[in-house]
Amino acid sequence: MKLPEDLLYTDSHEWVRDKGGHAAMGITDYAQSQLKDIVFVEMPEIGSSFKKGDSFGVVESVKTVADLYAPVTGKIVETNAALKDHPQFVNEDPYGKGWMVKMEIEDKEELKGLLSAQAYQGTLLEEG
Amino acid sequence: MGDLSRYIPHTEEDCRKMLEAIGLEQVEDLFGSIPKECRLSKPLNLPPALSEPDLLSHLQSLQSPIFSGEKWSNFLGAGAYQHFIPAVVPSLISRSEFYTAYTPYQPEISQGTLQAIFEYQTLMCQLTGMEVSNASLYDGASSFAEGALMAHRINRRKKILLSRAVHPEYRRVIETYIDPDQQTLVEIPYKQEEGRIDEEALAALLDAEVSAAVIQSPNFFGIIEDLQRIGEKVHQSGGLLIAGFNEAVGYGILAPPGELGADIVAGEGQSLGIPVSFGGPYLGIFTTREKFIRNMPGRLVGETVDLEGKRGFVLTLATREQHIRREKATSNICTNEGLCALMATIYLSCFGKKGLRELALMNLSKAEYAKKAISAIRGCEGAFTSPTFNEFVLKIEGDPEKVLKRLRGEKILGGISLGPFYPELDRHLLVSVTELNSKEEIDRWAKALEKALR
Amino acid sequence: MKKKDTGLIQDEPLLFEHGGEGRQGYSLPRWDLEEVRADSVIPAPFLRREVEGFPQLSEVDVVRHFTRLSQWNYGVDSGFYPLGSCTMKYNPKVNEEIARWKGFASLHPYTPEELCQGVLQLMYEMEKILAEVTGMDRVSLQPAAGAQGELTGIMMVKACLEARGESRKKVLVPDTAHGTNCSTSTVVSFQMVEIKSNERGVISPEKVAELMDEEVAAVMVTNPNTLGLFEENLKKVAEIVHQKGGFVYNDGANLNALMGIVKLGDLGVDVVHINLHKTFATPHGGGGPGAGPVAIKKELAPFLPVPVIEKVGETYRFNHDYPRSIGKVKAFYGNFGVILKAYAYALSMGPEGLKRASEMAVLNANYLMKQLKGHYDLPYDRPCMHECVFTDRFQERFHVSTLDIAKRLIDYGFHPPTIYFPLVVKGALMMEPTETESKENIDQFVETMIEIAREAEENPDLLHQAPQRVKVRRLDEVLAARKPKLRWKRET
Repeated sequence: MKLPEDLLYTDSHEWVRDKGGHAAMGITDYAQSQLKDIVFVEMPEIGSSFKKGDSFGVVESVKTVADLYAPVTGKIVETNAALKDHPQFVNEDPYGKGWMVKMEIEDKEELKGLLSAQAYQGTLLEEG
Repeated sequence: MGDLSRYIPHTEEDCRKMLEAIGLEQVEDLFGSIPKECRLSKPLNLPPALSEPDLLSHLQSLQSPIFSGEKWSNFLGAGAYQHFIPAVVPSLISRSEFYTAYTPYQPEISQGTLQAIFEYQTLMCQLTGMEVSNASLYDGASSFAEGALMAHRINRRKKILLSRAVHPEYRRVIETYIDPDQQTLVEIPYKQEEGRIDEEALAALLDAEVSAAVIQSPNFFGIIEDLQRIGEKVHQSGGLLIAGFNEAVGYGILAPPGELGADIVAGEGQSLGIPVSFGGPYLGIFTTREKFIRNMPGRLVGETVDLEGKRGFVLTLATREQHIRREKATSNICTNEGLCALMATIYLSCFGKKGLRELALMNLSKAEYAKKAISAIRGCEGAFTSPTFNEFVLKIEGDPEKVLKRLRGEKILGGISLGPFYPELDRHLLVSVTELNSKEEIDRWAKALEKALR
Repeated sequence: MKKKDTGLIQDEPLLFEHGGEGRQGYSLPRWDLEEVRADSVIPAPFLRREVEGFPQLSEVDVVRHFTRLSQWNYGVDSGFYPLGSCTMKYNPKVNEEIARWKGFASLHPYTPEELCQGVLQLMYEMEKILAEVTGMDRVSLQPAAGAQGELTGIMMVKACLEARGESRKKVLVPDTAHGTNCSTSTVVSFQMVEIKSNERGVISPEKVAELMDEEVAAVMVTNPNTLGLFEENLKKVAEIVHQKGGFVYNDGANLNALMGIVKLGDLGVDVVHINLHKTFATPHGGGGPGAGPVAIKKELAPFLPVPVIEKVGETYRFNHDYPRSIGKVKAFYGNFGVILKAYAYALSMGPEGLKRASEMAVLNANYLMKQLKGHYDLPYDRPCMHECVFTDRFQERFHVSTLDIAKRLIDYGFHPPTIYFPLVVKGALMMEPTETESKENIDQFVETMIEIAREAEENPDLLHQAPQRVKVRRLDEVLAARKPKLRWKRET
């Protein structure tokens, strides 16, 4: 299971990359392995706002759907257009080519509430 | 158990062996998990079983007397049309591999059903001029309703403008499906003289709250609406055009809604090889644009390849549906009208592009002849001025119920009284004429009408 | 088109891929009057040329095409079809014949009532039959399928509550429920609250009591449930729900286990839908048409869809005067052509036959369960009703899944059971033999399943490669979803 150290995680299997500027987000390697072949990613409108914990999109495989939950409160500034024709990027490279949205975070303090790679790994072991 | 063992094969010996294997004494013990006080102590109060010959006898007596003896003439339409069904249709759908199969969950052993649905989906797109079709809904009425629900999913607006000239039963179904907390219905009136949508009234109703306008064409009065002009107005205010129909044969000569700006097309496919059967089962046709696929209700069959690269077909985009999306599904539909869709597919395969056109022209010609036949009758005139397809409305000087009764005395089902549906049309009859009404029949009908109006 | 040597499993292209410009397969009545030129009565912008892309085939082409397609299908008439919760029982042929009679098939729904007395009588009697079987007071035959029956039933509950001046917004639904229960709740804008089933696989009164309050409109149960188990606490649950003014909805998909044994009305059920294409032996049609009548207790009667069929003296009539009716869910009266077949079935079976059907359905399922136990993992090891649920847990260690087992069954000429449902059981294999299967058929199926279990252990690859003896193998569903191709288009 890939778990980049420089990212922050949620217990609903989203990751956040905050390198100043806008924060990129997507789903973790664990999530994509559970969903199996992803066929579609339903993404929010650019400019829409979400509170932490709101569902901002949906990821679909052939036999399941899963909601995407906003790790923090903010506004969507960019979405990954490539996923429309290549949803498999999420399976192949969930932290790179498979990024989903970029958000302008409202309150950077909220990032402190997210999990580190180790902490996220801990939740996975619990789920077992 | 006598006759019943032809359906339930168990002999006493079978039961004994099976109970023994399970470790029980008698059949009753199988229901041990049901609390005793819940179990029935008396048999069901139902009539005793009928043998097959007796069953046939009993049912024969329940058929309508219209079909025993001399042939009646039928001019009834209003969403259920008498059309000729080629022998090929009932013959092929009686193949038990088609009708005793269920939903094609195991595609490897359902390619017959799946390819036929893929062909159906294609035919419906071609017929209505749209980009994608589902595998069928229950009927025209629920298709219209699903269209209204889908429009709301797409643009989240609350108002649905509904033409008063849409089939009254369909309007009732749409009302039933709509949740008043989520959506409201606003009626678009029709023009008294023309029988078509009042476009000025429509323009006045259009605003940023309007999700969609639902327009039937040909409408309930048989009149062809100007979908293009209506669509332009609706689109200008950001709404969607839902074009509906209840006589599919019309598309043999009428411009398909897809070419006139429709966003969703919903309608009744009963005319395409499905018997009128006292109101059902029928066929809900539903087509739309590709960009709206994920909002579409109903099953979808898609093309794909197998392990060896061979072409095959599967149910797809199931994540919209109830068994996966559950409470967020686009509809709760599960079983649809699969065999009826197959009937339509076979029917259209027989007729093809030339046949459907000729059929439509024959319907039009017969209806125009009927209009001419009554044009000289005193006390009877066409109610509306607009062009029609194979149905039209007559205004008569007389009580429609009495007139129809007199016609029945001559074994003619002469039309449908509109008063019960439209209080403002209480002297009006809706008349449908198809390829099955011979010239001689139409002449006889006109004569009988004249007599009845004296 | 080059022919491939696939023997009797013939290849057959799409309708649109057949050549033959100018072929025709239709025959119309002769033109006995003058053909009208369309543009002389209808303005040109409203007209079209021919329907682009429509096929042009002779009757022979059409018959060969669909005959070949049918031969790729497996139906109940082909063999054992143990699809759990679908009740794939035998469809009596006499019922098919009756439905084709002109006196029924050619009858227009707006034919005046005085000429329809026989069919009105049929529908009226069918309502009585269904009310008796379910132990309810009234029935509507209008819904076109089970899911529509559910919708109708829940709408009536909602209307009744609104008439009382209450605006309850929640529905309690067990985790074992069929997806339609959830999506139905959404259509009426109810919020779904899940009830977790207990270790016995049924819902417990305690859990319901915890969740039940005056915000809950109804509890939607399936009895027997999708695990094939009788909801033994239903009566108690009904009491709890009724006490707080809610209703009990029963999804009747599994009614085949209960006819003549239990009346759902006696257990406190207020509204139940029946799948005629399951319990009452009408054909499944490859995905319909079906019929989903809904049976109710009299409290809900004012809200029935219209028209309601009544008997006044010796006359049958339609009554449209139900001011509090929920309206209509379908134009006209229901799927009459389906109802007719179910009526014929009910009359053929009589009270003893229907009871016998349920008894033998339950016998078959328990026998099947007993014979497979030990070879496959049985999560709920106790007497079942008309269906039983196994899993692939024993086969997991050989890396063989429920899917592999299902596909291998196809090679042996069986339709697989329902797979991966209910969702609460991982790797579920839900089997419903129905009463129309003989002991030999079940023994043969058991023998095959045991053989497959052995193959899983000794030669798992055989299962991974299955099915082999089919026209197409393991179709790519991912591709179908990623790049949806939902219609044929002419290559440009």
